[in-house]
Formats: sequence, C-alpha cells, structure tokens
Amino acid sequence: MSAADTTTTQVPPPRRHSSPPGHGTGRARAARRRRFALGRAATPWLLLAPCILVLVLVLGYPLIKLGTLSFQDYKKPQLWGFKPATWVGFDNYQAILSDHEFWSVVVRTVLFAGSAVILTMVIGMLVALLLQRVSGWVRTLVNIALVASWAMPVVVAVTVFKWMFDSDYGVVNWTLSQLPGVDYTGHNWFASGPQGLSVIMLQVVWGAIPFVVITLSAGLTQVPKELEEAARLDGADAFGVFRYVTLPIIKPLVVMMTTLSVIWDMGVFAQVWLMRGGHPEPEFQLLTTYSYEKAFGVNDYATGSAIALLTVLLLLGVVAVYMRQMLKIGEVE
Amino acid sequence: MSALTSRPTADNRLNAVNRRRRNAKRGWNLLGLLVFVLAAFPVYWMINTAFKPAKDSIDPTPHFFPWPVSLENFHRALNISDFWGPVERSLIVSASTVVIGAFIGLLAALAISRFAFRGRKIVIVGILTVQMVPLVAMIIPVFLLLNQIHQIDKLSGLVLTYLTFVLPFTVWTLRGFIVNIPKELEEAAMVDGCSRTGAFIRVVFPLLAPGLVATSIYGFIQAWNEFLYALLVMSQDHQTATVWLGTFTTQHGTEYAPMMAGSTMMGIPVVILFLLVQRKMAAGLTAGAVKG
Repeated sequence: MSAADTTTTQVPPPRRHSSPPGHGTGRARAARRRRFALGRAATPWLLLAPCILVLVLVLGYPLIKLGTLSFQDYKKPQLWGFKPATWVGFDNYQAILSDHEFWSVVVRTVLFAGSAVILTMVIGMLVALLLQRVSGWVRTLVNIALVASWAMPVVVAVTVFKWMFDSDYGVVNWTLSQLPGVDYTGHNWFASGPQGLSVIMLQVVWGAIPFVVITLSAGLTQVPKELEEAARLDGADAFGVFRYVTLPIIKPLVVMMTTLSVIWDMGVFAQVWLMRGGHPEPEFQLLTTYSYEKAFGVNDYATGSAIALLTVLLLLGVVAVYMRQMLKIGEVE
Repeated sequence: MSALTSRPTADNRLNAVNRRRRNAKRGWNLLGLLVFVLAAFPVYWMINTAFKPAKDSIDPTPHFFPWPVSLENFHRALNISDFWGPVERSLIVSASTVVIGAFIGLLAALAISRFAFRGRKIVIVGILTVQMVPLVAMIIPVFLLLNQIHQIDKLSGLVLTYLTFVLPFTVWTLRGFIVNIPKELEEAAMVDGCSRTGAFIRVVFPLLAPGLVATSIYGFIQAWNEFLYALLVMSQDHQTATVWLGTFTTQHGTEYAPMMAGSTMMGIPVVILFLLVQRKMAAGLTAGAVKG
C-alpha cells in the first residue's frame, strides 16, 4: 500500500473537456471550484470529528486523569466527593517502588508474559511450518480447530480450563494418572502460585496460538518457493533454509505478532481473576490484578493508578517497536 | 542436478526419493493430527460435558462421549439463575456499540483513506497508538469518569467504554477495505455527474458493504466477549452474559456440568459468527504486511 493509493481523489471535471458545453459560465465554475476547495479542507475533519470526540472523551481524558491521579491522594471520601483530592507529589510512587510486594509482582508478570509470548511464538511458528507439510485434509482439520479455539470467548475458555483442571473430576488429572507411576488423583493445581499460573499460561497460549498460526501461514505462502529451492540446492539443511531464507522474509510479521503478544499477555486479567474466583491470592497477582485490587479492593485509587501507569511505561518500548514496524512496512502512509 | 546421470539410476533414485517423501508426509500428518486433537480438545470437552448426564461428569472415570445425550444441564443452567436477562443486556450493548462504532468509524475511515489533508498522518498514527493502549490500565480513570457523568450501572456507560476499543479497530480495518476499492470508479461516477456523496453511496458503499458487515460482526464479538469493564460498571442485578457465566456458582459450589451448558450456549454462536467472517478479517488484518 503506497501513498499513491491513499491520496485524495483529484477532482477531474473542471479540466476535462468531456463536460457538456454551456455547462455554466466561467465565473460560476470558478466560484464552484473555490467552494469545493474550502469544502475539501474542512470535510475530512468533519468526518473525523465524532470519532476523535469519543476517543478523546473516553480514552484521552482518562489517560490524563490516570497521570494526575497517581500524584494525588484519592480514596473513598474523594470518590464520594466528601473531600477534595490533595496533591501528594511522588509519595505514591515512592511507596510503591519501595514495596517488596510490588517488585515481586513485576518479576512475576514479566516472567509470566515473557514465557507466554515465547511459547506462543515458538509453537505458533512450528505449527505454521507443519501446516505447510501436511496433506490438505489434515490442514483443513487443524484450521477448523484453530479457528474454533480462536473464537472461544475468553470467559468461556477459562471456565472450560478450570473444569479440565478440576482437582476431583478434572480430565487432566485422570489422564496424567493413567501414565505408569504417576498419581495425580485429587491434585490441586491451584495450591501453589507457579503451578496455577502455568495452567493459566497454558490457557493464554492455547487461545493466542491460532491468531499467530493463521497469520504466519498466510505469510509463509508468500515466500517464493524458488528461493527455498535454490538454498536447498546450495546445500542448506531444513533449518538453514528456515533461518536464512524463510525467516528474513516473514520477519516483519514475526515482529508484529511478537509485539502484539507482549501487549496482550502483559494485560492478562480475566484469566487470573476468574480462575481464582475473584480473589487472586498474593502469589497469583500480576500487575493488572494488583492494580485492580489496590483500586477496587482497598479503594486506594491513586496507588492503583500509579501501578497502572508504571505498567504502561513498561510497555511503551514494545509499542514503539510495533509502531516502527508499521511505519516501515508502509501501512502508515 | 546433473544431466549426465544415466536413466535407470535416475529412476531408482526418484523412486527412493518418492518413498522417503511419502513416509515423511505420513509422519507430518500424524503430527498434524496431534495438533488438531490438542487444539480442539477443550472445545470438545465443553460440548461433551454439556450434553452428557450431570452424574456422568462427576464420575471418577471420565466419559469421553456424551452418551446418552441429555439436555438436563441446559435446563439446570437456564433455571438456576436468570439466563435471558444477561443475554439480552449483552445483545443490547454489543449491537449498540457496533451500530454506533460502524457509523462513526466509517466516516473516519473515509476521511483518512479518501482525503489528503494536513495532519492525516498524525491522525493515523494516533489511531494506531490508541489501539495499543492496554484497556486494563485505563480501568480506574474510566470508572471515575463514568461515575462523574452518572453512567455507572447503565448500559449506555458500557457502550461508551466499548467504543474505545471497537472504534480504532473499525477505522483501521475499514480503511484497509476502502483503499482496495479503486478510486477511478468514484471518479468515473463523478465525471458522469454524480456528486461526491452520490458517488460514494452508489459506487463505493455497495463494494464496501461486505467488509463493513465483517468488521461489524468482529466488533460485535469483541463487545460480546468483554469481561473486565462489564464486571466493574454493571451491578450484580444488571450483569452481562460474560459476567453471569464467570460468576456462575450455586449453593452447591461450582456446578461444572450446567456451567459447561451455559458456556456452550454462549460460545457456540460466537464461534459460528466468527467462522463466517474470519477469512475476510484475517485478509484485512495482514494485507500488505509481507512484501516480496
């Protein structure tokens, strides 16, 4: 998509001789042209106005408010308007940054999101490559399964995973117990944080893989077969062909998928909240649930905002990479 | 490959290569089937649990097939608590979001795809950036804003917040569809005497309609699936469907069998809608991302 495709429609009539003769006098035509030029300057902004208005009201204003809140003292009395919010400078940040619990939540979130992204991308890439090598009917079957799991609402998927990992009647415990020497009967996956978060991660990865596979598959079909063939003739093995021919061509897609995955996986909330029945234990807290609990659990909206803002700052670098990639591939013209 | 090899050896080698290839293919297919089973299993397990008798789902040995088929879980899910109320609210919210979002979004998409104006690039980058803002992080100030304008526990408040994630996406996708409609068609209509608006309504809109429908369905699914804001904004008496399902408990604790019936009722329509539009959306999302 180049700039040429997206630039304005040039208005042809005035210069074309195809317009019927005697079609208005010269002066009228000039006036019309002037009106048109004026209209042309204002029209796009008029068309954009409602969209920008909504986004500024419900996204722009809250974003600024998030910033100001984090420097205030804002609890229940302020919410109900009994007391005005007072400015406290960096007090909230100081309190958060010197809190050990906050840092363990940060480490946990980064580990969780990082592993989820790596798993999603690696498995997604392997499945996409596999789909190139299987017969047509297998590909159709896998595609149906992928689209179905992609479409499952997160809440539905989470309840299904909770049921599959149920300690008493879960199918996973039963299946694992069938292995020789393994007994998982009655095993509670959510007794420990790391194990419970692994189950949650499994659900996140299961839900994220279809998008990656389907997008990468589309990208892989655009890799010229001759290039891979040539590399193979030059003695490259399967991995070499992938590493030096395929990967560089689909790299823009891989970068975009990875950045999007990072943003999505850092924002995991519903999965943790639902799997823990609305009250995640301390060892299950991620930045999102931690901020939510500070705000709506103990009504400290200022601290919650500061945590949310720190999360956004953590993500800024990733967003920058994504935007650069979008600009590079010429989507933004 | 060497042209000097004599014929019989070449044939032999070709046979060997073919055989090896066929074996390799069989191996890949087996692996593919394994992926199919793993990806599909949770969906299957949901449907299976929903349709088998409730007592079978709490048998220590799992029943892998819903036999005999029974609808008792569906009856129970519908009777334990109000099901249609939340579903109706979800439908109202999602439909309103999509109608408003599609209209406003279409106007904006037209502006950035058919007009050249100063600030256009900034608007585009702005919309893309907005799309990247993690909504989870915005929940506190959005809650306070809705509180200020008295929209807490109101469906309209929920619609307003949903517009923030449906709009950027709608604008961006529609832009992709509009850019692919040759502007010469519009120009031809205008040469033939159509006004700019007339050209749009008669020429561009009919071509854009399928894309608009697909984008709307996708937006509908997103609004339908939303959980976090629905949880926070709506009170317990006015839950939407996702919150209803997520907090589905009875006095006997979590009853998974009726819960799976509820999940099936909520999930399957979405899967079907999604199947209808997936191909179109995937093409729109990735168009032009890989350039040869």
